[in-house]
Amino acid sequence: MEIINHLFDGFLIAFEPLNLILIVVGVTVGLFIGAMPGLGSVNGVAILLPMTFLVPPTSAVIFLGAIYYGAMYGGAISSIMLGIPGASTAVATTFDGRPMARSGQADAALIAAATASFVGGTLSVVLFTMFAPPLAKVALAFGSPEEFALMLLAFATFIGLGGDDIPKTFFSIFIGLVLSAVGLDIVSGEPRLIFFDIPGFFHGVNFLVLAIGIYGIGEILWTLETNKGEVEVSRLDLTFKKFVANMIRLKETIVTMLMGSFLGFFVGILPAAGATPGSLMAYGVAKTMDRNPETFGKGNIKGVAAPESANNAASTGSMLPMLTLGIPGSPTTAILLGGMVIWGLEPGPRLFTDQTEFVWGLIASLYAANLLSLLVNLAFIPAFIWVLRIPFTILAPIIFILCIVGGYAPTQDMHDVWLMLLFGVVGYLMRKLDYPMAPTVLAIVLGPLAETSLRQSLLISHGSAAIFVERPIAAAIMACALILLFLPLLKFFVGKRKK
Amino acid sequence: MRKAELIMAIAMGIASAGLMWKSAELPIGWIPREGPGGGAFPFWLSAGMLICCIWIIVRWFRGYFRFHGETPYMDRETLLVFLTGALSLTVMVGSIYLIGVYGAVPLLLIFYMRFIGRHPWSLTATLAVVFPIVTFFFFEIILTITLPKGLTEPLFYPLYDIFL
Amino acid sequence: MTTLKKTVTVTLGAMVLAFLSFTQVQIAAADFEPKKPVDFVIMAGKGGGADKMARLMQTIIEKHELSGKPFVPINKPGGSGAEALIHMNNTSGAAQDHTVMVTLNSFYTTPLRQANLGIDISTFTPVGRMAEDTFLLWVNKDSGITDFDGFVAAAKAAGEDWIMAGTGKAQEDQLITDFLNRTYDLNMTYVPYKGGGRVAKELAGNNAHSTVNNPSEQLGFYEAGNTVPLAAFTQNRLDKFPDAPTMGELGNEFAYYMQRSVVGPPGMSAEAAAYYQALFAKVFETEEWQKYRTDKSLYGDFLTGDALKDYWMTERSIHETMLKEIGEI
Repeated sequence: MEIINHLFDGFLIAFEPLNLILIVVGVTVGLFIGAMPGLGSVNGVAILLPMTFLVPPTSAVIFLGAIYYGAMYGGAISSIMLGIPGASTAVATTFDGRPMARSGQADAALIAAATASFVGGTLSVVLFTMFAPPLAKVALAFGSPEEFALMLLAFATFIGLGGDDIPKTFFSIFIGLVLSAVGLDIVSGEPRLIFFDIPGFFHGVNFLVLAIGIYGIGEILWTLETNKGEVEVSRLDLTFKKFVANMIRLKETIVTMLMGSFLGFFVGILPAAGATPGSLMAYGVAKTMDRNPETFGKGNIKGVAAPESANNAASTGSMLPMLTLGIPGSPTTAILLGGMVIWGLEPGPRLFTDQTEFVWGLIASLYAANLLSLLVNLAFIPAFIWVLRIPFTILAPIIFILCIVGGYAPTQDMHDVWLMLLFGVVGYLMRKLDYPMAPTVLAIVLGPLAETSLRQSLLISHGSAAIFVERPIAAAIMACALILLFLPLLKFFVGKRKK
Repeated sequence: MRKAELIMAIAMGIASAGLMWKSAELPIGWIPREGPGGGAFPFWLSAGMLICCIWIIVRWFRGYFRFHGETPYMDRETLLVFLTGALSLTVMVGSIYLIGVYGAVPLLLIFYMRFIGRHPWSLTATLAVVFPIVTFFFFEIILTITLPKGLTEPLFYPLYDIFL
Repeated sequence: MTTLKKTVTVTLGAMVLAFLSFTQVQIAAADFEPKKPVDFVIMAGKGGGADKMARLMQTIIEKHELSGKPFVPINKPGGSGAEALIHMNNTSGAAQDHTVMVTLNSFYTTPLRQANLGIDISTFTPVGRMAEDTFLLWVNKDSGITDFDGFVAAAKAAGEDWIMAGTGKAQEDQLITDFLNRTYDLNMTYVPYKGGGRVAKELAGNNAHSTVNNPSEQLGFYEAGNTVPLAAFTQNRLDKFPDAPTMGELGNEFAYYMQRSVVGPPGMSAEAAAYYQALFAKVFETEEWQKYRTDKSLYGDFLTGDALKDYWMTERSIHETMLKEIGEI
């Protein structure tokens, strides 16, 4: 019952007036930063960091945590409304969120995203509260072989994401993986694929550049073409009655949300990739488990609920390796980690025992941040819907500009803006020929993790692949991955026999 | 549409071969007791891309084609819209070097709103003025993300002095 | 002249010089004020040691209002810092006076290993050396190894199955690993990971047998009793780890440090250089920075101007020798 006491103390800290105000402000600021295409939680957290010396460390981390959460909620908004994922964690949300918005169900998608985020966030904080120290041990034992097995599992879950054209789907996966190899080869320390010796390629092809290029610029070219420049005004009115109907509609997604939350949380605590693999895997599992998998990608509400519950759960989960192991699971937690150093807090296994006020204040504020994020998000949905009424010839240049700024901001390099433009145009031309684009975008996130962990494992085992079978955790994950890979095949044969 | 399918596959095949050639700058084989070399991962994946392209080309010649009807890949009108979109963006990004983001943004807005959207001048002008100002305060002052300004940079020094 | 007299004269001379240069800095500083936000380039990725320090410096600058314009951190980790170096080399116009970079030892090794980049670090403008990070040899407590001899014996017995985890190839950690391999006739396998925090975790999780982490990276696990330091690659024992003998005490003089310096691009104006030198001297003196230095067992005094440049040249030739020894250049 020590936990309950700690949590109670934590709530006392979180509900101090200053901290409560910080949570409200943080959540709102985060929501808007996250909703801008190209800007994500990492921008909000990084930029506001120096401001936090005005308040004590516990309040500071509460504030940053609130921005983090708000931005995670907000990320879904640009995915749904504009089809542009602001962060890699929100890619999977575009698959069904965007089709829903196009077919006039933007409100339902936004409500589903907010609610799923809340379920995922809250469940994961509960899990975090109860099991943090033992889970830290699991995360600690998770080495390169396990990481590679997990990446294989992630790939296995999104094998079904592509189109039905097999060579084109494989082509898309391969090109994403190759692009992810640009930059530096960590194992040999050599630069590679530096095309034409352009220094911009040294930092590799950033996920955001590819995603904004393909989804942002590509999407607008696509819409320009379908509208032929005509002014398009989509009518969508949001009434309270409709809101209630939408909430009731979420009943069918309860199982999906629970699955997404657990999956997201457990993938998130592993010090590998943060929330992206988790949200993808949740989407893949939701699709595989569903009775009508063919409706996914065309506007199935479960396709919004699964990744959104998973990515919020994973972002809570990724706080665990940050706090207890000092390992950032994502760029955002990396910045938070830097913040802890500035405040003189030492991340590590002892943080939970030495800094109870800090840790439990943070945990309690995560509960509060979640609830407030949901409320703020729901309150602003009418405003977001209003964006769809702006004539496209006004919206298009504004989105273009935001894309350019979003592509430029992380590296402050015009090289990335040009690259983004190139991806946008080529991606548009390829998409017209049914080359699926989602696998490319996902491959660029998972590629470096998969390659590095594979090669590290082989260095450790002196080139023997047995390392993936000898280690129990790795072997178990490997087995899951293989089953998932062959599941479609199995289904195919079973289905044939029935016919 | 048929022609486009073939051209795209050939173009991507050439690109794949180029990637293979570029990847081969680092060892692409299996280094004993170490695992794959630094170039192996991109090399063999590019090879996979090439195989996919060949697959698409081969099935094309065998008469497989998935797009029904004779819809052209791009009719004249679509091509025009596509070129307008792509070129206006290219010109805009290129002009950033010279006139900066705050010069390029109003130009793009005016181009789209007035010449494509046919919105009234009053609305166009208002947005062309208001939007860059909002951008400046949001990105440069609140988020401290400095955007490229090209030759116009000295004009912003007084603004920085006042607001930062 | 007696030794005493000589010392006094030299000290006095140094003081006069220091005073003169100080006043000069003061006078020059008045001539330059940044006109726009200063690009604070970080030669490493987010979350690493250099990144944390850079953000700490940024926070100190803002907190004490040392600069009229904000310092905006930009991570350029590409190509082991090659991207950052090229960026600095290519700055022109106003940017030359509004860009400074936080560097580490890849400042020497990257231009040496990639001569085709055309980077000459002697052209860069010295601003200030803020600290030198130290290295220790770490093992997991579960290994039962308590001293350096035990480590050598165990590593020798394991041969190439002994895994040494480190950050990056042909960089700091590998240079030290290579020294140990050569000096003690070991055959440890070096496995590169992406960041120091990750390396520390691999050791604590028993996925590696040893590491040569900086104190700041292992502190959390050390305090929790997961890992033990066996030796320090420094001249003197570190106050935080009094039980870890130096390599000199163990019979092989070897000290290796990681610089944490701030540099300006080639061609920075003298006025701007003086401004940033004075600014970072102030940062160095702040309570926060001094506390950070003690907490994380950092070495090194503040160096600037020609003294810093001389230090770079010495370090560069040391690294050149080391890289030649392991066959990287």
